[in-house]
Amino acid sequence: MTAAIVFLPLLGAILAGLFGRFIGRIGAQAVTSLPMLASAGLSAAVLWSVGFGDGPYTVTLFDWIRVGSFEASWALKVDTLTAAMLFTVSTVSALVHVYSIGYMHGDPSEPRFMAYLSLFTFFMLMLVTADNLVQMFFGWEGVGLSSYLLIGFWNDRPSANAAAIKAFVVNRVGDFGFMLGIAGIYLAFDSARFDTIFAAAPEMAGQTFRVFGTELPVLTTLCLLLFVGAMGKSAQIGLHTWLPDAMEGPTPVSALIHAATMVTAGVFMVARMSPLFEYSETALAVVAVVGATTALFAATVGCVQNDIKRVIAYSTCSQLGYMFFALGVGAYGAAIFHLVTHAFFKAMLFLGAGSVIHAMSDEQDMRRMGGIWRNVKVTYAIMWIGSLSLAGLPVFSGYYSKDTILEAAWGAHSAVGQYAFWMGAAAALLTAFYSWRLLFMTFHGQPRADEKTMAHVHESPPVMLVPLLVLAVGAIFAGMLGYDAFVGEGRAAFWKGALAVVGDDPIEAAHHVPPFVKLLPIGVAAAGILVAYLLYMVRTDIPAKLAEAAPGLHRFLLNKWYFDEVYEVLFVRPAFALGRMLWKRGDMGTIDRFGPDGVSLLTRLAARRTALMQSGFVYHYAFAMIIGLAVFVSAYVAGFAGVR
Amino acid sequence: MTDWPLLSLVTFLPLVGVAFILMIRGDEAVVVRNSRNVALLTSCATFVMSLFLWFGFQTGTAEFQFVEHAEWLPGTGISYRMGVDGISVLFVLLSTFLTPVCVLAGWTAITTRVKEYMIAFLVLETMMVGMFCALDFMLFYMFFEGVLVPMFILIGVWGGPRRIYAAFKFFLYTLAGSVLMLVALLAMYFQAGTTDIPTLLHHAFAPEVQTWLWLAMFASFAVKVPMWPVHTWLPDAHVEAPTAGSVILAGVLLKMGAYGFLRFSVPMLPQASADFTPLIYALSAVAVIYTSLVALVQEDMKKLIAYSSVAHMGFVTIGIFTMTAQGVTGALFQMLSHGVVAGALFLCVGVIYDRLHTREIARYGGLVHRMPKYAAVFMLFMMASVGLPGTSGFVGELLVILGAFQVNTVVAALAATGLILGAAYMLFLYRRVVFGKLDKEDVKTMQDITGREMAMFAPLVVVVLWMGLYPAPFLDIMAASVDNLIANFETARAVADAASAAVAMK
Repeated sequence: MTAAIVFLPLLGAILAGLFGRFIGRIGAQAVTSLPMLASAGLSAAVLWSVGFGDGPYTVTLFDWIRVGSFEASWALKVDTLTAAMLFTVSTVSALVHVYSIGYMHGDPSEPRFMAYLSLFTFFMLMLVTADNLVQMFFGWEGVGLSSYLLIGFWNDRPSANAAAIKAFVVNRVGDFGFMLGIAGIYLAFDSARFDTIFAAAPEMAGQTFRVFGTELPVLTTLCLLLFVGAMGKSAQIGLHTWLPDAMEGPTPVSALIHAATMVTAGVFMVARMSPLFEYSETALAVVAVVGATTALFAATVGCVQNDIKRVIAYSTCSQLGYMFFALGVGAYGAAIFHLVTHAFFKAMLFLGAGSVIHAMSDEQDMRRMGGIWRNVKVTYAIMWIGSLSLAGLPVFSGYYSKDTILEAAWGAHSAVGQYAFWMGAAAALLTAFYSWRLLFMTFHGQPRADEKTMAHVHESPPVMLVPLLVLAVGAIFAGMLGYDAFVGEGRAAFWKGALAVVGDDPIEAAHHVPPFVKLLPIGVAAAGILVAYLLYMVRTDIPAKLAEAAPGLHRFLLNKWYFDEVYEVLFVRPAFALGRMLWKRGDMGTIDRFGPDGVSLLTRLAARRTALMQSGFVYHYAFAMIIGLAVFVSAYVAGFAGVR
Repeated sequence: MTDWPLLSLVTFLPLVGVAFILMIRGDEAVVVRNSRNVALLTSCATFVMSLFLWFGFQTGTAEFQFVEHAEWLPGTGISYRMGVDGISVLFVLLSTFLTPVCVLAGWTAITTRVKEYMIAFLVLETMMVGMFCALDFMLFYMFFEGVLVPMFILIGVWGGPRRIYAAFKFFLYTLAGSVLMLVALLAMYFQAGTTDIPTLLHHAFAPEVQTWLWLAMFASFAVKVPMWPVHTWLPDAHVEAPTAGSVILAGVLLKMGAYGFLRFSVPMLPQASADFTPLIYALSAVAVIYTSLVALVQEDMKKLIAYSSVAHMGFVTIGIFTMTAQGVTGALFQMLSHGVVAGALFLCVGVIYDRLHTREIARYGGLVHRMPKYAAVFMLFMMASVGLPGTSGFVGELLVILGAFQVNTVVAALAATGLILGAAYMLFLYRRVVFGKLDKEDVKTMQDITGREMAMFAPLVVVVLWMGLYPAPFLDIMAASVDNLIANFETARAVADAASAAVAMK
């Protein structure tokens, strides 16, 4: 059954990818969506049986790489963590498949699109079912490939191609860390299998080894190397620059890959490796600080963006930050809980935005929207539900997961925890603000689009609305239903040891925090909504005035803290300049000049000199012969004497 | 089947094809058609013959297998001796596998002197296979140098406009190395009294002799690999060579140097190899980063792939000198994988070169709209070159980095930067050629790949995925020989250390 969950999407991808032209549009939709729905159904069953029944198991398929003591097999390891991911990934993916049938209608490359979506799902499922680091890396790179293909799906747009390459290369920077992490783990543990590594982790605590020319603590080094990989995939500050650009892909892609699933792979990886991270306080602290900083940083940028998808993209970046600082304070269950609820409401927000873009004849700039809520009532309701959940207002699912995270940060009783808590609370204020700014700018106020577009504004077809409504159910109820199992009283029975806890359980502490910690997030969210209402509904002149009053800050935020510009100057241009220099000056100017070209030049000169001696005058030759004879005789005599 | 001289058959079967081609008479068209057919048939028959090696090979032993022995120069210790082990047998198969593909690649692209072209390829195959099978240093040397002659002719006759310069550069570099290797060969002969490789493997050369022998061989092998800074012949040779020439050059000829290290330098001169390991690491790490950066700014497709080859071979040399099971196996695997993948990438360039007659990247763009099948095939090989898991490229890279990390973490980290840079230059190439708007008039009329071209790519696609998803059969063949190589290396090192400790005691 597990194998079916993972390989059904691959089957769909192969059928639609290779035979798309023969089976046509409808055929491609069927061969990808139906297996995906089956896979989603099966994984719900697996979550039920693993989480609330038998517990973990592993299915070994066959050998992959076996050299010396190094072994990596193809295997499907299913514990509660995997089952939760299987359920989330396959459910969202199935809904996105169905939605895409409507959204991609009329695109000539639709079979290719469906094939890529299914291929992505296969890689993602391989990633979460891995029982060793190498298979995880297989899935990891595979989702990177699918992401690259889908971002660049409209491959005659230069911006889409640039974004695709950027996504792949920036992720590769993270993979550099991941790869060295795998090598380091093999060096330290003599294995890449999770079970073996986790069993040996306690002995490794406090040990050091010699790497990169210095003596370093084993677990901290390894965890940080792996975390570099997680930062790349999950778009944490520093390696986040690819995610906003990834919005060049079609909107269903943004919903599935760049919000609900792939970008959470880093969170999953750290949770999976929790038995290692638990023994390294330093590594956990780094994770928490990076996560908390990202949460706030991305929220500040999200407040001034005008592209509807970019706002949501920065929101994703920010929410991933929440998950990471939850991991960093040791509240793994809370992080995964937020991962699941976020997958539902963020996918919904993106698909809702897609519905808006669809209605507005492919317009994405919120400055050219407004006043359309009466025409797209279902979409409008969907966006409200999503925003309420994202802002973490009671009853909605985001409330349960996000509050647990903030409480766990407070409950950690550490400097890092405090930092995370206050950054998270500030980000919560901004989250509510930019969410309602989006709502008001998009749906309310005076219509700012041209008449032709406005005349076309229409609600999306049922094939797009039904997945949205299913997601809405998740966005409202997932928190309520999952709370007890993921982070509540039932958590030990649910996780069955899939997430390590060494020492105090921060989630336990989260249940015993002062009331203000519980109330603060709701308070700031309400405040954020109020401010957005004031600025974008009542006094619409204020935002422009604010921007004028602090032009430096505004430009700084609008330009996303200048990360792209700095990287361009620091890495991209120097790499090309250096390459050109090494080629022209190194290869041509030095190696060739003094190597083969120099030798041939010398030979030619020497030959010309020699040729000059062939003058045709007998006395020249006679002279040369006499000299030669003299040299020969003296050498002979000298040698003869020497031997004697 | 077991008593047949299988290796000699595989080695010299192509020459039978040459004999047939030489006998072809008739008008121009008949000669052309028949020489193509004979060449294809012969190379396919050779490949089928070599499959007996794959099925008959005993894994689990490091002994030489399919051994043949015949007197050649009686009384001199030089004889005709053939045999393969887990290190060499896969390269025999790689050579016989790529030759039919190359014959197909030159099917329509070569229009002048077709007969001679096919003869050159079959002779080249004999030389390559013989080199990997030879178990006598003298014999090895003859094949090793013999390979250069048909290659030199291929570049010089069917090459591009600057073919003379490229051929001369190729010749100059390899000649310098070859002369020194001949000196090393003679020196070893006078020391050990034989050129029999199995005997030489067990001959302990004095440490000071080892250093000189090692350097002499290094000169030859480093050029062939090619290692930085003696790599500059490769881009020119690739650019000027006809497509099939590039395929063989990247696919098999570049492996000769690394094979030499594994067959001669490391096992015969362990002390010197250990001493010079830092030099190899330094040159390889420079190669990975330097040539990747250079590849980034290339404007000629073939040059770009040529530079990427140098970077990939940097991984190979690092892997060999880690002297760990993972490192050496990874190096071998990377050699095989690179042979197939780089060969396939040159074929990809050849396909569009045949249509537009330019290799300049800027002249293309938007091919995906006209040539979706081509775009898919090119994508697969590009990803294999980048080392995407699931393709052959990943397994080699992973193993080399695992091996390197055990002995030198800094080298491993430097090599791993190749992951980033490799992705950058390959994706950048792919984007400029395949993606983008289709707005150039002549590009708009290009045809997607034909049946013949598909037949050429299909086996390569299968092998790349097979090696990536289920590499076990390949790894099993290598395992015993690699373990044996490392065990002997370590024994020799231990003996040498004990000896020097004893000297120090006195």
